[in-house]
Amino acid sequence: MKYILMMNTMKAGRGVPSWPKKDLQSHITFMMGFNKELHERGELVSAEGLSFPDQAKLVRAGKDGRPITDGVFPESKEFLAGFWIIDVDNPQRAYEIAAKASAAPGPGGVPLNMPIEVRQVMSGPPPDML
Amino acid sequence: MKYILLMSGTGAGVEAYHAWPKQDIEAHMAILHRINKDLTESGEFVATQGLAEPKEAKVVRGEKNGLPVTDGIFPESKEFLLGYWIVDVPTAERAYAIAGRISAASVNMPIEVRQFATRESKS
Amino acid sequence: MTKKWDATSEHLLRELTPQVLGAVARRFRDFSSAEDAVQEAMIAAFTQWPQQGVPENPRGWLIQVACRRMMDHVRSEIARRDRETTVAAETESLASLPEIEADMDPDDTLILLFMCCHPALTSSSAIALTLRAVGGLTTAEIANAFLVPEATMAQRISRAKQAIKASGAPFRLPSPQERAGRLPAVLHVLYLIFSEGYASSIGSHLQRFDLAREAIRLARNTKTLLPDNAEVAGLLALMLLTDARRAARTGPHEELIPLDKQDRSLWDCVEISEGIDLLTAALSKGSVGLYQLQAAIAAVHDEAERAEETDWPQILALYELLNRVSPSPMVTLNHAIAAAMVHGPVHGLTLLRALDTDPRLASHYRLAAVRAHLLERTGDYEAAIEHYRVAAARTTSIPERNYLMTQAARLAGD
Repeated sequence: MKYILMMNTMKAGRGVPSWPKKDLQSHITFMMGFNKELHERGELVSAEGLSFPDQAKLVRAGKDGRPITDGVFPESKEFLAGFWIIDVDNPQRAYEIAAKASAAPGPGGVPLNMPIEVRQVMSGPPPDML
Repeated sequence: MKYILLMSGTGAGVEAYHAWPKQDIEAHMAILHRINKDLTESGEFVATQGLAEPKEAKVVRGEKNGLPVTDGIFPESKEFLLGYWIVDVPTAERAYAIAGRISAASVNMPIEVRQFATRESKS
Repeated sequence: MTKKWDATSEHLLRELTPQVLGAVARRFRDFSSAEDAVQEAMIAAFTQWPQQGVPENPRGWLIQVACRRMMDHVRSEIARRDRETTVAAETESLASLPEIEADMDPDDTLILLFMCCHPALTSSSAIALTLRAVGGLTTAEIANAFLVPEATMAQRISRAKQAIKASGAPFRLPSPQERAGRLPAVLHVLYLIFSEGYASSIGSHLQRFDLAREAIRLARNTKTLLPDNAEVAGLLALMLLTDARRAARTGPHEELIPLDKQDRSLWDCVEISEGIDLLTAALSKGSVGLYQLQAAIAAVHDEAERAEETDWPQILALYELLNRVSPSPMVTLNHAIAAAMVHGPVHGLTLLRALDTDPRLASHYRLAAVRAHLLERTGDYEAAIEHYRVAAARTTSIPERNYLMTQAARLAGD
């Protein structure tokens, strides 16, 4: 069963975290190890990070067919920072993996406890989308 | 460069969509299908995915003892991801053009365009 | 007498691909269909030879299989188009293999290179087609190298061939004058393939095809075909001198290690030595082109046994020359770094100010990153930290982002 795990923590204009070097490196090492373990267990389909929301655009079609792009978002909007697509046997395993990602260490080595959204991904074109 | 094009909506919006006349829903699906086909033909298609209804969604945090804490509540007005497209294109403008087409096919709802970060470095 | 399939067989198949394609395209006067037919023959070889052994005349085998595919294609085209008229005039009897082989031209690979790197093509389609038609890679391998689905890559190649057909480019070598104008496009495509390969050589667990090695092989072949061309030699030298540093640029946690901190004992001296020899020979021809200049800069770095021994005045002089031959914001940026190494960071920062008004670079992460580095050297740590963080937020490269965030954190103290 495929799931997408989404990390929605970024806010526009906030910039990169300014943690001490040691904590930064712990976080980076944790994330790499996390991805590697998923990969070795055959559960990782893909893991992607997105560029910062300062470059995000909202696009609508204009009257002449050309796109209208807009870089203004509500201040409260949380942006997608990255996502994993995993392939696991049951939802419990998906939540377990999400919990681990959520507990990635932050400043002071304390688990960040980020909210990770877990959604099931259709294996074929779903009736709603295609 | 790879871009992800995000289509989001609210619970109310999805319910309204489900209430469309059947042929309108089918026409919409046909246009999206056409867009995907065109993207493959142009050599720009990487992936597309629709997501399961947010009723099934969970938000997970790591509990102190490591066990997951799940919360499945999405307020009616909260926006959630309906689906996405991933394209590989030479310029941001091309990504916006594709997003514009998806938007036009989908009652002009706004499509968020984000560039992928890469694991590569030219240094 | 067949030979057993071994470690060299795949390499042989790849080397034969452009020769076979040249022969078939020339025979049938249809590059696009010939390319499809040769790809099919390649895949047949990949499937059958490991079990049945490598044929005694592998090239002949491939030509024959490709020709059969071509005949199938011609027949079905005729059947599709024209059910009434006699087809005798159109259907050529399959020429004998010795005839086809006699027609082959050692320049065929060069013709293919010029064709696949035709200016009418977009970079991504030229890259895809070159890798398949000249490199002999399968569509799946190319798709994997660029992390896109196979169907997408197949379409890029298809569109590339349509663009070539539309341009009316004949299957023959461009005249010497045309060649001078068309060669930069070829070298550019090869350089892009190398760049892509080198940039992605970080994530070791991501099993991607080694495009950097492939680019080097293609550049070598090009040099064999154009032995007197200084820029071709310059490009090959640049690739070798850059690739030589590959093992030293990432640490155990896939973190980026900048040039001045790399463990130079990990640099490949064989590649460096070959690069320098190539460059010396090329420079002696008198003209100084873009790739030779870039290779010369790489050579100066690679010749220094320790970072402290780097001949920065020479690098600065080379960037000044590069700025005149081929000015660009990136060259200006690199020039500022070299100037800072020779005349001090304040001088470098002054040069950077000129780029603040350049729309191509003003919000680019590298400008912020270089500024941060120079500010750090002047002792203005607060400003340096700020610019490292700005650069980290702007870059789309995760290893670069990690590196820049770490620099900021280092300066901010524990």
